[in-house]
Amino acid sequence: MKKRLSVYFMVTLLVMTALCGCAGGTGESSEDKSSVVVGVQQDIDSLDPHKATAAGTKEILFNIFEGLVKPDANGNLMNAVASDYTISEDGLVYTFTLRDGVKFHNGDDVTAEDVKYSLERVAGILDGTALVSTLSAAGGGITSVDILDEKTVQVTVGSANTELIYSFTAAIIPAGSGEDMEAQPVGTGPFSFVSYKPQEGIVVKKNEDYWQEGLPYLDEVTFKIMSNPDTALLDLQGGSIDIYPYLTDSQAEELQDDFRILAAPSNVVQALFLNNTDELLSDVRVRQAICYALDKDALNEFVFGGNAAVISSAMLPTLQTFYVEKNDVYGTGANIQKAKELLRDAGYPDGIDLEIKVPSNYEVHMQTAEVAAEQLKAAGINAQITPVEWETWLNDVYNGRQYQATISGITCDQTPGYLLNRFQSDSSKNFINYTNPAYDETYALAAASLDLTEKAGYYKQLQSLLVEDAGTAFLTVPPITVAIKPELEGYTFYPVYVQDMSVVRYSSSAD
Amino acid sequence: MTGMKKERKPHIPRVLRDPYLLAGAFMTLTALLAVLVGLFWTPYSTTAMDAAERFHAPSWRHLFGTDNFGRDIFSRVMKGAGTTIFISSLVVLFSASLGIVTGAVTGYFGGVVDEIVMRFIDAVNGFPSILLALVMISILNSGRHNLILALGIVFTPSFARIVRSEFIRFRDADYISRARLMGVGKLRILFVHILPNVFSTFWVSVMIGFNNGILAESGMSFLGIGVKPPDASLGNMLSDAQGYLMKAPWYALFTGLSIVWIVLGFSLLSEGIRRNAGEVSDER
Repeated sequence: MKKRLSVYFMVTLLVMTALCGCAGGTGESSEDKSSVVVGVQQDIDSLDPHKATAAGTKEILFNIFEGLVKPDANGNLMNAVASDYTISEDGLVYTFTLRDGVKFHNGDDVTAEDVKYSLERVAGILDGTALVSTLSAAGGGITSVDILDEKTVQVTVGSANTELIYSFTAAIIPAGSGEDMEAQPVGTGPFSFVSYKPQEGIVVKKNEDYWQEGLPYLDEVTFKIMSNPDTALLDLQGGSIDIYPYLTDSQAEELQDDFRILAAPSNVVQALFLNNTDELLSDVRVRQAICYALDKDALNEFVFGGNAAVISSAMLPTLQTFYVEKNDVYGTGANIQKAKELLRDAGYPDGIDLEIKVPSNYEVHMQTAEVAAEQLKAAGINAQITPVEWETWLNDVYNGRQYQATISGITCDQTPGYLLNRFQSDSSKNFINYTNPAYDETYALAAASLDLTEKAGYYKQLQSLLVEDAGTAFLTVPPITVAIKPELEGYTFYPVYVQDMSVVRYSSSAD
Repeated sequence: MTGMKKERKPHIPRVLRDPYLLAGAFMTLTALLAVLVGLFWTPYSTTAMDAAERFHAPSWRHLFGTDNFGRDIFSRVMKGAGTTIFISSLVVLFSASLGIVTGAVTGYFGGVVDEIVMRFIDAVNGFPSILLALVMISILNSGRHNLILALGIVFTPSFARIVRSEFIRFRDADYISRARLMGVGKLRILFVHILPNVFSTFWVSVMIGFNNGILAESGMSFLGIGVKPPDASLGNMLSDAQGYLMKAPWYALFTGLSIVWIVLGFSLLSEGIRRNAGEVSDER
């Protein structure tokens, strides 16, 4: 009797534990299926899609706004708010046909008026300040926008440019809403804006009326600002963020058991940017010495586990038609002797001091800086690293140009000219203060050229000029390494810097 | 006063038997020794990087292992602890000096100046000290010197308070009134007649302050606003180590333990000194 009782007891216990296990399992997986938290590295600089300049902002706004056309995952353009467009023979007239049934997040239909307003706003026709430089009325961009009928808009541009169509990715916003964008952004993208808290993040929710059938999958996406990469790692491990796209090599290794790790070449050109008007760095020999002293191969190994592409000029190697390899000019290893010689010739036999400002929220740049500083030391360049907040970097370094050297990245959109455009003497984005009349002339020729081979030739010349002048010490094109929770799928890499959340979904909810 | 010195002698054996004092002295001395040696020599370079040596676990070759750049962590701890102790010492020196002057003046003279200065100190005390230091750093910009300045100012009130209360205790003492009657100058009364008596109490708060300084420096560098890379400090090393908790646990472990070693050692030492000094004064 006693024995039987204990058997009953054991069996009951077993069944109970088994049941408990089941209950625990189902309870966990059924909650909050369709929301995702994405860790982003920086606060956004503006909610106005036309005014935002930081790549880190654009990667988020991509989910809220669309242009007449938008980039796709293969590096091409797809029609978005426009369903079709034609470009005249001479390249001066663009005719867009608007897609039927595209609605703004506020429920209104997108009309030709809205398109006209948006394009005139970015071209500076409305108030004289162009918000997208390539479309600027003064700079050969849009000269007039005419509404042909309800569904057709004709755009006339000042000069022919084969790359101009890429600029029509500029967001379409409701007519007259420019001033409201900062507070309540309204667009046509797959997600609509819910809330934004500075330093915390931005929440978006599913756009039920989105014109692409079946998209987006998720009901809600939170972009959580994680300016400390170490915290981001802990948050990933703790489960409070689901996707984090900016892992370092060793972080990826650490996470690979619990997360899916995806990697692809990014569209970022990472460099030790040198301020060409700095007293010390205005001497080309000093800049060349820095280029010689850097060991990019070792840097690639330390920071990216050898997965980055080592470069010497401002072009992505993946844009094969336009890229010219210039790594032999300064070498990818360190040439300390040559660096010292150049410094001696420039009048600094005892070496120089160099201050490198680094945006501290970017772990890869911080690590790169630490490696670079050590490498430069061997050539007598005493580099000091000053970590700065992202906002400070934008204000002082990028916009204010008050710096000696900085390690950061510039992103390329789909047009190959984009990376080269900024090094024209008078470009507002020329934050290294590079000036070379030959460069400006060649760029003008390249922009005017309608022949692809000819254009590519000019672009290669521009890259060579940048290398010869040592305008800046270009380092790498870092890989983009993303950690994603295993139950999420559909994450897609773009050749541009965006986080497209509309295609991400939970694998079990796809049935 | 002369009698005290004679009385101390028989206590020496007992002092040496005090476990607090012994453990504290041992830990502090080893730490100081490592730091002093680290000023001139470390087993490996503290900045040279080697890709082949990345993430080596602790071994006889690398006592504390190596970090993400293949640097020897033990060498960096030696250098880093030096930086941390150096900063903490300067912070204490700065804040203690400032604290003595303000405390002495306000405590001895009292009156309006006392009111104003003490209310100001209350205001400073109203904020958490790290937060206040953060605000000051963001105004002054980060870096070693500014860190010392910011922490020094933040730490001053606690010293000023202690000195002030001691000065209030002594200012009406008989021997001080007599000195005043004899026409001794105010400065001399403040710093020659009163200050030495304040010292035993003050010494304890200096020791506590030193420990707080080490923790504060580590905390600030951990947050990335103290000592800048590639210079090592225990705080920024711990901050770097955080990213490799799973991959290289020894990095965070040994860096953290080093902070514990220094702070615990010094606490034990100061506690030991306080207890024994207490015995002496109790029996006086």
